[in-house]
Amino acid sequence: MAETKAVIIKIKRQPTPDAKPSWEEFEIPYKPNMNVTSALMEIAANPVTRGGKPTTPITYDSNCLEEICGSCAMLINGRARMACSSLLDHLDQPINLEPLTKFPVVRDLAVDRSVLFENLKRVKAWVPIDGTYDLGPGPRLTMDEQEQAYPLSHCISCCCCMEACPQFNEDTGFVGAAAISQVRLFNTHPTGAALKRERLSALMGDGGIQECGYAQNCVEICPKEIPLTTSISEIGGQVMKQALTDLLRK
Amino acid sequence: MAAAKIIVVGGGLAGLAAVIKIAEMGGEVDLFSIVPVKRSHSVCAQGGINAAKNLKGEGDSTWQHFDDTIYGGDFLANQPPVKAMCEAAPGIIDLLDRMGVPFNRTPEGLLDFRRFGGTLYNRTAFAGATTGQQLLYALDEQVRRHESDGKVKKYEHWEFLSAVLDGKRVCRGICAMDLRTMEVRTFPADAVIIATGGCGAIFGKSTNSVVCTGSAQSALYQQGCYYANGEFIQVHPTCIPGEDKLRLMSESARGEGGRVWVPRTAGDRREPKSIPEKDRWYFLEEWYPKYGNLVPRDVATRAIFKVVFEDKLGIDGKPMVYLDLTHIDRKILDRKLEGILEIYEKFVGDDPRDTPMKIFPGMHYTMGGLWIDYKQSTNIPGIFAAGEAEYQYHGANRLGANSLVSCIFGGFVAGPNALQYAKGLAGASANGHFEAERKRQEEINAGLMRSDGSENPFLLWRELGALMTENCTVIRYNKKIEAADGQLVDMLHRFRKINLSDRSQWANTTIAFTRQLYNMLQLSRVIAQGAAMRDESRGSHYKPDFPDRDDKNWMKTTKATFAPDLDEPKFEFEPVDASLIPPRPRKY
Repeated sequence: MAETKAVIIKIKRQPTPDAKPSWEEFEIPYKPNMNVTSALMEIAANPVTRGGKPTTPITYDSNCLEEICGSCAMLINGRARMACSSLLDHLDQPINLEPLTKFPVVRDLAVDRSVLFENLKRVKAWVPIDGTYDLGPGPRLTMDEQEQAYPLSHCISCCCCMEACPQFNEDTGFVGAAAISQVRLFNTHPTGAALKRERLSALMGDGGIQECGYAQNCVEICPKEIPLTTSISEIGGQVMKQALTDLLRK
Repeated sequence: MAAAKIIVVGGGLAGLAAVIKIAEMGGEVDLFSIVPVKRSHSVCAQGGINAAKNLKGEGDSTWQHFDDTIYGGDFLANQPPVKAMCEAAPGIIDLLDRMGVPFNRTPEGLLDFRRFGGTLYNRTAFAGATTGQQLLYALDEQVRRHESDGKVKKYEHWEFLSAVLDGKRVCRGICAMDLRTMEVRTFPADAVIIATGGCGAIFGKSTNSVVCTGSAQSALYQQGCYYANGEFIQVHPTCIPGEDKLRLMSESARGEGGRVWVPRTAGDRREPKSIPEKDRWYFLEEWYPKYGNLVPRDVATRAIFKVVFEDKLGIDGKPMVYLDLTHIDRKILDRKLEGILEIYEKFVGDDPRDTPMKIFPGMHYTMGGLWIDYKQSTNIPGIFAAGEAEYQYHGANRLGANSLVSCIFGGFVAGPNALQYAKGLAGASANGHFEAERKRQEEINAGLMRSDGSENPFLLWRELGALMTENCTVIRYNKKIEAADGQLVDMLHRFRKINLSDRSQWANTTIAFTRQLYNMLQLSRVIAQGAAMRDESRGSHYKPDFPDRDDKNWMKTTKATFAPDLDEPKFEFEPVDASLIPPRPRKY
């Protein structure tokens, strides 16, 4: 008879933003093709630690469970990744789950990543259309241009690139790779380019693109394989050029 | 005079579309969402968005789109709003194009279109196989722009609990809960738009996201809103079964040439690629030569059920059939379908460019929803609805790639109508109802916290999902549905003995979920009883004991209202407006 396999999961827990974190260990029955989110659901249905102590279900962010909404980023065995697309079969046990470290903890594995959405405002990551009334089709784009833009538009705002970046911290106030890559996306769009100068200005000075230390962790960790370092060097060049033009205009 | 204040609940395509229109027209918006709006369920839509742009020289027209939609929905949708949607669709695509959605292009630089189910025309614009994500981001960016200008205030990580109704039962605002501090608070508004999506969670595992519980719609139904056509639930033919959810494998896979088949002989254990053509059964192509693999979803789903459960020809005897793309050029697959191929690779481990995918039908879309009129207004003054949360555009079965257009169109209709309503609204005579509603909701929370029974909410939910999936999806028998409704009553009793394993007052996801569960149970009865009553087969609703569509008795909208004294739904029926296209038999 087949032995019932078990999965051992250790979770760093923190009931409130100010509380001291502590670890709890869980043992759940193994099923083929399980991912980390299904393990967390299993714990919610039976919230008892491995030692038999009743506890609370784990608080974590999740929504789509297919790696497109960007909610469930956490540290899994020390690496920032999406819980839904992390299959237990590919992870060493015991599996360690921790919240991302660069963002304030809300509770357990849920963190506050609103800084990215603020940064997207700062760099005006949108196309400035005149209005939603009927004005006919948008600008024509070649297949090549579409194929350049599409991967950049794939960013799910999970913040893994910011977590992995050694320069992203309170001291630098670095805006991070995700927002810079969005600047590239919108500067490339024929209508979006109208705000190019404002976007580049937002990336100058403290916390701007100059904070990047070229560690390249961002591109290596991005779950959507976005060419983040290419975006950073492309935008780095644009910022430099803009800074020079601004200087000459003074 | 102060600007009209509108509350929009839900930040998917419908909600954001409404927000943009209101902000543009000078209204003030408070936008409520359980998740940051960029993470809403609309991101999961894959294959595309329909609009009869006729860029392929096929002679497509908005009337043809309208006809396909009505026929695909088996003549249950009121026709005038569907016609208006189809006429607006080309303009919506142009607008999205101007917002920067990276739609796939033709060599000339124009938008590319592909074919989807239930039509013979290439009518579906697409951005790879992540069209919903790209559309949601475009609207999210425009809303962020209005937010920067101070026209929109977002309340993310807040959950809608109920509407605040005054003594005349006019909506004056909402009551919501902060999912971090657990604070229950009321917010005044001149009008409210509900855009909270579908109710997949009622079926346990579905293609829907975690937040798609139908809780808001159910709460409003319990407050007096009509809930229409609840029994119409779309089961998508091609999903990847999983432990935590059923992941959608887009219809675009078939739109680009994917073929559905099973081995002709039960127990054929050969690797799929080594099975020769003569030993494969392409049953959809054989049964439906005109539409082939692109028959509408309800038709494809029933065909797969027949092959698996009646003919016993599922792969390895299991409930699975092949969806095969391996005959298509890899470069084309990567350019047009990469997003969904990645999902299969990541979650199953096989490369669908090399190996046929194993798929099975799964709950996907809620055709029913809050009853609305042609201005998207519910029967409670001041409450509007848009998107999957309402029932207006898809009749008895939704065609693929019509959901995105119905969400945006519905939001575009709801926004301006809510604003116009708000401008004509007289002030309330008193405002004591805010305090009363907040206390009512706080008391519900306190009751759940006090409850010291033996029922785990997550386990009760699993039971609900299994019960509803078995009895209220693809094949329906009155006896089984009625038994299921009896079990729902029993579950509502058991709910009184709920035991929260978390009683803390900070970011308590268990209590939020338990509240949703109660609303799911109440809404499940609307679905089950509606299904039991409708003695015919139409679109997604199929009863072997009543295999034909019965226009004489059932070309009617089901309207459920909650009877608080009996704690259950009561029903009435409304004739369908079929003034534009006379009903005809639906034969693909």
